[in-house]
This record gives sequence, structure tokens and C-alpha cells, in this order.
Amino acid sequence: MARILVVDDSASMRQMVAFTLKGAGHEVVEKSDGVEALACAKSASFDLVITDVNMPNMDGITLTKELRALPNYRFTPILTLTTESSAEKKMAGKQAGATGWLVKPFNPDQLLATAKKVLG
Amino acid sequence: MSIDMSQFHEAFFEESFEGLEIMESELLTLDVGEGDVEIINTIFRAAHSIKGGAGTFGFMNVSEFTHVMETLLDEMRDGSREVTQFAVDSLLESVDVLRSMLEAARDKTEVDEDMVAARYAVLNNILKENGGASSATDDAPAEATPAPLANEQTAEALWTVDFIPHADLLMAGNDPVRMFRALSELGELQVNVDLEKLPPFDELAPEDLCLSWQLTLSGDVARSAIEEVFEWVEDDCDLIITSTGGNALADSPPIVEPAAHVEAVPEAAPAPATAAPSVNTAASDSPAAKKSAAKPKKATESASIRVGIDKIDEIINLVGELVITQSMLDQAGDDLEANADTVGNDSESQKTNADILLRLSKGLAQLERNTRELQDGVMRIRMLPISFVFSRMPRLVHDLTGKLNKKVELVLSGEETELDKTVMENIGDPLVHLVRNALDHGVETPDIRRAAGKDETGVLSLNAYHQGGNIIIEIKDDGAGINKKKVRDKAIEKGIISATDNLSDEEVNNLIFAPGFSTAEVVSDVSGRGVGMDVVKTSINKLGGRVVVQSEEGKGSVFTIRLPLTLAILDGQLVTVGGESYVIPLIAIIESLQVDRAQINAVAGKAEVYKLRDQYIPIMRARAVFGLDDSTDDLHDSLMVVVEVDGSPIGIIVDELQGQQQVVIKSLETNYRKVETMSGATILGDGTVALIWDVNGMVRVHNKKLNKGLIKA
Repeated sequence: MARILVVDDSASMRQMVAFTLKGAGHEVVEKSDGVEALACAKSASFDLVITDVNMPNMDGITLTKELRALPNYRFTPILTLTTESSAEKKMAGKQAGATGWLVKPFNPDQLLATAKKVLG
Repeated sequence: MSIDMSQFHEAFFEESFEGLEIMESELLTLDVGEGDVEIINTIFRAAHSIKGGAGTFGFMNVSEFTHVMETLLDEMRDGSREVTQFAVDSLLESVDVLRSMLEAARDKTEVDEDMVAARYAVLNNILKENGGASSATDDAPAEATPAPLANEQTAEALWTVDFIPHADLLMAGNDPVRMFRALSELGELQVNVDLEKLPPFDELAPEDLCLSWQLTLSGDVARSAIEEVFEWVEDDCDLIITSTGGNALADSPPIVEPAAHVEAVPEAAPAPATAAPSVNTAASDSPAAKKSAAKPKKATESASIRVGIDKIDEIINLVGELVITQSMLDQAGDDLEANADTVGNDSESQKTNADILLRLSKGLAQLERNTRELQDGVMRIRMLPISFVFSRMPRLVHDLTGKLNKKVELVLSGEETELDKTVMENIGDPLVHLVRNALDHGVETPDIRRAAGKDETGVLSLNAYHQGGNIIIEIKDDGAGINKKKVRDKAIEKGIISATDNLSDEEVNNLIFAPGFSTAEVVSDVSGRGVGMDVVKTSINKLGGRVVVQSEEGKGSVFTIRLPLTLAILDGQLVTVGGESYVIPLIAIIESLQVDRAQINAVAGKAEVYKLRDQYIPIMRARAVFGLDDSTDDLHDSLMVVVEVDGSPIGIIVDELQGQQQVVIKSLETNYRKVETMSGATILGDGTVALIWDVNGMVRVHNKKLNKGLIKA
């Protein structure tokens, strides 16, 4: 199955996302901010990156931009986890190069359905 | 897939309470007026995380409440609202409300709805005031909005989708093939590709998408389902979704936000195909989330502790070393056995034996070091920085100075000083009390301070540091100090001392710890009604610690708390009385000495006293306390341990002094019953049990026996 990088500063969200994805047979690496995630992404490859937007050190929007600038991640699906349902915040992610988004609160089924959308 | 979300609750609560602390401490540093955007951002982020998690894990009331706070913070952050003292105070109080909501959620108890409603009202009032762009109610969280799914028509339909991607659609990781696959799961899909824009091969840019498609989808499909497939690419393509025949209601109304961004849609489009992405996915499933959260579960607050990775790593290293030592000893043992079996008494085998014994003793020495280090390492797991307690103080000082109309600057230092978790949990309340006391009775109001030639802002400093195996916490204020005359008069009035008692300044100051003592002329709701200082002292004594006060009138006071590093292990002095070993906590001992007959005085009608330098101290015979036969009338050359009990020294006569060592404390109460003279028991190296003295209890028992005439004076 897929290798997925999950980035969220909230341990509970990270656990939930990781647990759900692992349960579906995916391999999951967890990081708690953009800086850690970027370093990790540089030294390994992933089929999908799921990142929270609001994080300390480096937020999800910046992380997305940084990832898109890396040759390996030009086409890698990147999903942002956002609490805002307003179009504006989603678009910020899109403009940074994110593939799509998932609006919090979401449940495990919605997460898996969304992941399936980009993993094919 | 059904996942039990409650397994993530513990982590959620833990991080939420941390988030609340961050919010609180940052709110306290937030300046009224402009407001530091970085600080507001930090507060916002903490609130935002709580909101997101609460929504996900089914605590909708928490999520909704946080949303209102977040709206206010957002307006402060983007500068559309001024940071007022009232708003900051309201947010601080909201943090408290949020905390009780989270506690109620965690403990599965009812939250005080009136309190929450009152807080909602205050926050919404602030939001309604000018300056803010929106009211929270306009922008309620997604889960609160009922989804307009009623408009959905899901009758058999035939849809035509003209999908004309922009050349850069692939760049964000979207893939048309995956979208088509998703569509084909909805109904019967026909895909026609349009190659018209495909350039000649030599002009082809491999990363550009030059194809477009016309798709025909038939089946029981709603427009929103198709739109959802294209949700993420709506800005990266031209998309026209048309209903052609079938029973579909071609003009089923667009779902939300009409005319949001229609510029990509050709005039011919029957409806804005780019209607804003539906947020209904989240909404439609929230009842399920609610249901799973409502499942009643036993409320258990599991005691957990966060431990730094470095501490764990250190322990793992130590265990590794222990294993090496063990195998080294094992090897030496085996060799010794083999040597004894196979060889005789010749010099060669003796040499081998000596060699093995050397290795054995080396190994044992190493084992001792390993054990000690491992013990330290494991103890350190329980150690937390005192900032856990100190962090409560800024809020306390902020609230109290407001109430008392005083100006106080709080200075914290030594916050990284670590102490045992159990000690930490029990030192919080006494510290809070001392801080309240310093603010209430110590620091003067600004006009009094000005009149006294002081800066009108008082300084209250809290400092923590290690000193010889103890933790020292100092609470220092530059206030009025203790009025000795008043204290003395009060103590006489309350019968704590008699008018003839001649007390040193220090003894007078420490009278404030006497039970039932209060000098406050006005009973305030800040320090309470004279319950306090004695309770503070009792709580600290229970932790095996001591508290003293030094004070200078007009200059201020310093309360010094001395605490053991941990409650699980005790530095003890081993003594022998009547053939039994006992442990005296080292923290209680001032010194040990050999009695000189010349210094003993028997006060008429009272027990013996000993002249220690320029001070007379009472003598207490441990044998007498334990009801043992005490034949030694002459105490000359006896051993005396001088301990401090309630601030004054007392000499305890013991049979023998042994070494000092660390002992692991076992509770007598849980294993046997409470014994007044003993605070616990321990197991010594040779396997025997030694009781640990409670010197305060010893003195109490001694005095009782003395009063009953059971001990000769």
C-alpha cells in the first residue's frame, strides 16, 4: 500500500489519522511540525502527504510550498487538514500547491475516502 | 471502517489542557492596545487546535465555544479589533470556562450550562461591539449548519461533463484518471478524449496537460456527487456539468455560495458549475460522531506523566550497562565454579582464583554504580520542572492585583528546577496561599508605597533552586513586612504565647504559622479567614519539608520552603535504640553530638535541657518514648541527635549512631496502620526492616507521656 507522511502538531489528531491509515494497510510516518516534516520528506519518499495547516515552526501552507519546490514532490498528492470551511483558507492551500483538502472535523471514513481519491 | 475514537481522547485532553495553559500564559503577556501579533497568533493557534480536535472527537459544545473565542482572536489578529483589557480578561475567563467544559467532557460529568451561557453572552457582546467584522453566530462551525441536502435529486439521470483542464492541473498532484475512476464508481461512465490541443511531438511539454474530455455519466447520480469529484480542481479547469434528459432536474439549484467564482464558466452553463465545494461531507456524518461520543464510558483519570526522551534514553543506556555487568558477574561466577571443580590447590589455580575474584569484585563495584545510576535515572522520570506550579502564578497575580487595587510585578526564576511529581502536586496549594498572602498582607497599595518612598509597583519574586539534596522555594516580597508588635499582641491574645515569653524576632515572625493565627484587620476574600498559614505549614511538613519566614518591617518578607527532592526515597541517618535500627530523616537533623555532662541542666519540675552553645534545648530519650527500660541516668557520653521540630531544636538521645544512607520509603499505613511516632518503614541492605521516625510525632508522644507522668522528669 502507500507510504504516507502525516503532519500535525496535535498528537490526538495525528494518532487518529495515523491509526486510521495504518488500519487500511498504509505505512505511516508521523511528524509534528513543518520543519520536521520537510527534513523527513527530503530523506525519504512518500506517496501522499497529509498536513495540518496551523502548526508552530512551519505551517502547512509553507510546508506545501517547500515540498512542491523539491523535485521529488512536484506531483506528489498533498492534502491539507483545515478547520475553516471558508473557500479562502482552502484556496491558500491550493495556491501553495496542495492537491486538495479535508475539512475538520472529519471521521475516519471520510479520511479514507479522501485518501483514496488521491491514491487511486 | 469503524474505529473507536475514544482511544484518542486521552491525548486530546492532554494537549487541550496544555493548549489552555499556553492561552492563559500568553494572554497574560498580551499588552492592551496594539497587541503583539505573534502572541495573538500563538493564542489563536492553541484555540484553533482545541476546536479542531474537539470537533473531530465529538465534543461539539467545546468546539462551538472555542469557535466564538477564536472569532474574537481572529479579529484581534487581523487588526480589525483593538486589544482591550476587557477583552483580554474575558478571554482569560473563557479559558477557565473552556477548562471546566473539557474537564466535564473528560470526567463524563455535567458542565455548568449557566456558566457557559453567561460566557457566551459576554463574548457575543464583545463581538457585536463595533470594530469586529463579524459575529460568531454568522459563521458557526461547519458541523452546526444543517446540510442543504434536501435539494439533492438522485433520480436516474444522464449527465454530460465537459472537462477542460488547464495545462498545469497535474502540478498540484491531481490526476484526471483518478477522477474518472471515482466517477465510474458513481454510475456508468463514457470517456471521450479531445486531442485537439495536443501540440506536435517536438513541442510537447511532458508536465503540461493538453487533453480535454467529454464525459457522459448515467445512473442514480446527484450533481453534488459529480461536483465533489472535481472539488479540488475547480480553479484548474473549465468544467461544465449538464443534465441531458433522464429524470434529472436540470436546474436543481446550486448548493452554496452562488456566484462565488464563476469566471471560469462559459455563458452557456445552465448553472454555476463551480459552486463552492460542498462542506456537507463533514456535516452529514457528524451525527455519527456525536453518537459514538455519547456512548457512556467509565470516567477514569489515569495518572500519566510526560517524560523527556533523553531521560528514557539514559535509562535504556543504564539498563544496557547493567546487562553487561550481569554477564560479567555471571562469567566470573561460572569460572570460579569450574576452577573449583577441576583444579586442586596448586599455585596456578590459586592464581586463577585470585584473578576471578578480582573480576568478581570489580563486577560488584560496577553493579553498585549501575544500580545507583539506574535509581537516579528512574527517579528522574518522576521529576518535573517547577514551572508546572509557577505557571499558575502570573494568572493569580494578575487577578488578585486587580481585585486588591495593587500594582505588583511578578518575577519568576529557577523554573527549570525539577522536583518529584507527588511533591509538585502537593506544593501547589501552599504556594498559591503564600502568594495570596504576600499580595494581600505583604505588598502595600500604591499610595501607601509612595508615602513610604517606595516604587508604587511592588515586586514579588518566586525562586526555586537545589541545595544539598533539597529543593528550596523562596517567596519574596518587598512589602510592609511582618509587624512584630501586632503579631506578638495577637499571639498573647490568642493564648499561643504568654506575655512573659521572651521570643527572638525570628520566633515572633514564625508565630504566624501557629494554628488559628490571623492578623488581617479586614477579613478579605483573598487570603481568607485565618485558615491558612498553619495549613500551609502542615501541608509542607507532610511533604517532609519545612517553611520559615524572615521579615523586616517596612522592607518585606521572605518565605523559604525546604523540600525533599522526592517522597519515594529518603536520605536517612541510621540509629539504634534498644537493639533495633531506625531511620531519622536527614532533613530534620541539625547535628549529632556526644553529650557532655556539664551542659545538662534539669529545669525544676521540667525535663532535662541541654546547653547547646548559647541555647538551651530540651532533651528527649528515645528509649523513654518507646517505653523501653532506660537505666542510664547519667547521659554523659551518650549520643544525641539534634532535630528541628516546629522551628525549634530538640535533642534526642539514641543508643548508637550508624551510617547515613538513602532508603526507599514503604508506607506503614497501607501495610499495617498509622503509627504516631513513625512515618514509614524501609528495608535495609541486610534484609531487616527499619522504621522511619516522624520526629514531630515522637515529640508529641513524648510530651503526652511526660504530662501523664509516665516519664520521669
